[in-house]
Amino acid sequence: MTLLKVHKLVRHFPVSRGFGSSAIVRAVDGVDLEIAPGETLAIVGESGCGKSSLARCVAGLDTATSGKVEVEGTDSADMLTADPMRFRRSIQMVFQDPYSSVNPRRRIGEIIGDGLRLHKLVPRAQRAERVRELLEQVGLAADYADRYPHELSGGQRQRVSIARALAVNPRLIVCDEPVSALDVSVQAQVMNLLVRLQRDHGVAYLFISHDLALVRHIAHKVAVMYLGQVVESGDAAIFDQGFLHPYAQSLFDAAPRIGRPEGEEVELLEGDVPSPISPPSGCRFHTRCPQTIDRCKVEAPDLRPVAGRDVRCHRAEEMLARMMPPQAEAAFGTG
Amino acid sequence: MTSLLTVKSLCVGFPGKRGVLPAVEDLDFHIAPGETLAIVGESGSGKSTAALSIPGLLSRSSRPVVSGSVRFEGQEMLNMPDRKLARMRGPDVGMIFQDPSTSLNPVFTIGRQICEPLRTHMGLDARAAEARAIELLELVKVSAPEQRLAQYPHNLSGGMRQRVMIAIALACSPRLLIADEPTTALDVTVQAQVLRLISGLQKSLGMAVLLITHDLGVVWETADRVIVMYAGRKVEEGPVRRILSQPSHPYTEGLLRAARKEGRDGFLTEIPGVVPPPHQRPPGCAFEPRCARAIAACRAAVPAIRSTGPGQVAACIRAEEGQPA
Ligand SMILES: Nc1ncnc2c1ncn2[C@@H]1O[C@H](COP(=O)(O)OP(=O)(O)O)[C@@H](O)[C@H]1O
Ligand SMILES: Nc1ncnc2c1ncn2[C@@H]1O[C@H](COP(=O)(O)OP(=O)(O)O)[C@@H](O)[C@H]1O
Ligand code: SF4
Ligand SMILES: [Mg+2]
Ligand SMILES: [Mg+2]
Repeated sequence: MTLLKVHKLVRHFPVSRGFGSSAIVRAVDGVDLEIAPGETLAIVGESGCGKSSLARCVAGLDTATSGKVEVEGTDSADMLTADPMRFRRSIQMVFQDPYSSVNPRRRIGEIIGDGLRLHKLVPRAQRAERVRELLEQVGLAADYADRYPHELSGGQRQRVSIARALAVNPRLIVCDEPVSALDVSVQAQVMNLLVRLQRDHGVAYLFISHDLALVRHIAHKVAVMYLGQVVESGDAAIFDQGFLHPYAQSLFDAAPRIGRPEGEEVELLEGDVPSPISPPSGCRFHTRCPQTIDRCKVEAPDLRPVAGRDVRCHRAEEMLARMMPPQAEAAFGTG
Repeated sequence: MTSLLTVKSLCVGFPGKRGVLPAVEDLDFHIAPGETLAIVGESGSGKSTAALSIPGLLSRSSRPVVSGSVRFEGQEMLNMPDRKLARMRGPDVGMIFQDPSTSLNPVFTIGRQICEPLRTHMGLDARAAEARAIELLELVKVSAPEQRLAQYPHNLSGGMRQRVMIAIALACSPRLLIADEPTTALDVTVQAQVLRLISGLQKSLGMAVLLITHDLGVVWETADRVIVMYAGRKVEEGPVRRILSQPSHPYTEGLLRAARKEGRDGFLTEIPGVVPPPHQRPPGCAFEPRCARAIAACRAAVPAIRSTGPGQVAACIRAEEGQPA
């Protein structure tokens, strides 16, 4: 059964533009997602494409403008009204900056123990023991329980927020760029911790990142976002097969890569991401897309199945044909 | 070989509660005209401190203790009087930082900020400075440059602000551009544009670049040579292609695996532990507590830098014993 189902989720923020006029930021504009138990879905995109807004709606920290989030078949808005504790036990969240989400004057043991206390998960006398166990699971010594957040390194603080999320045995943890602020050697430690916890506890992740190379290792499924919409999504096999959407391809190519042959021509995107207040007409990517044709400027493409994944591009079939034809045929069995 | 910048035995410490904390220890390097040298390392390894001490840019308020020698075209710059330094900073050395908001003034227009160095250092009058400012904005590929002159930093996107900062750094045609994590705050598609811009300008203007980054991918795509720093010291140096295919130092090796996101069965290759802060650096090799190849002798003394390959040097006593499996 599906653990999480996101249906046509929209989150619009009204903003004032001064002189009494106002506008609407289309942060999330019709997103569909599904996550099975124990699975990792990675959401990838550049800053401002709506990843955090989506994450906050899924985690019940914000209310969608329209659309629906279902957790194990139950509407999350209903669950949050009827039984908010049950919702919090199902879905937890880990943020990019763990420091901003904890009270700096409380000890690590209290921070991790909060969930146990609120949800009455273990008798008071056993709470310290359970905290010690959680610390151990995230690779921290038991004596960290007595320390304060500022005494910890960034990686250690992130381990604490993972332990805190894990305390209530959630089915899903929404991880919003959990390693983006960490040094690369520490990133690997935290990523491996998340993978190990998933294998031991069967927890599912909605894992948000701007780094395609990083999520490649943990994702079972991936969705690439641009200006509030998913432009390509499918299972992790597309990392090997190659992306079809021109934006997803650019995102992949633009990342600096050790070992890229000298002189390999990489086509770079021009300009910056347009404002989500007035996204471009037609295809939202057409102002920067190297493949734009007239149709793209007037007609918005739907997210539709092409070659075993979903792609939001009028030219997806052409992109597929251009993608090293023999391999593409072998990979997709298309003729 | 001619050298534009030669740094020898550079030590920089910051006075703190526990005495002077060493941020950079015994650093040697040089940059040839027109060359791109990258300094790479994780946060706190001393990259910014090393770069900032060069043109005497280190803030005096933190009372840094600096020793060694920093020569620009043969001229000693450490202990150079402030007035002389200020005169040279614009024309000879340009700087760009990770966060444009630290060097762009929010209350002045873009035009005023580009024109100022042109007038003070190059002696241009108002009209000539404005014409040159438009040229510079075109050079860094800012759209509609004439209109930009009247805008303020907050009117621009992050990528545009970074371009404006580059235009200001280039205003006086420096022979050395110091770029401290110039693209770390940018999205990858914009980062790629800015890196390509810097490389292109370097070639057309014949300027040397000292590029500071924590990203080995950026090093591969932009630099000729690279210095790897760990806990305030240089641990390896050499041509980029050599270092990133046959590293000698176990730290470089670990960093490379982490950067390549190499892994097996869903797990990435990790370097255990964390970078030690300046007051907790172990004796001997600072990497020893995290190093899979460490032996007792690694704790005895700081390993000397020695040659390990063509143009390649490393500070590891086990460097020649082959790569770990
Ligand atoms: N509370 C808010 N009010 C107004 N605009 C917002 C708010 N939160 C986010 N936004 C805007 O929504 C868009 C998406 O933001 P966000 O979800 O944070 O993207 P991401 O996490 O992908 O960087 C951005 O343009 C952002 O400025
Ligand atoms: N102005 C300062 N005052 C005191 N300590 C400093 C100052 N600048 C840097 N440091 C310390 O020096 C060390 C090296 O820092 P830095 O050069 O910024 O490293 P990096 O740029 O590699 O991240 C760190 O331990 C840092 O805390
Ligand atoms: S629909 Fe057109 S503009 Fe949009 S991504 Fe496809 S080719 Fe590019
Ligand atoms: Mg975000
Ligand atoms: Mg720095």
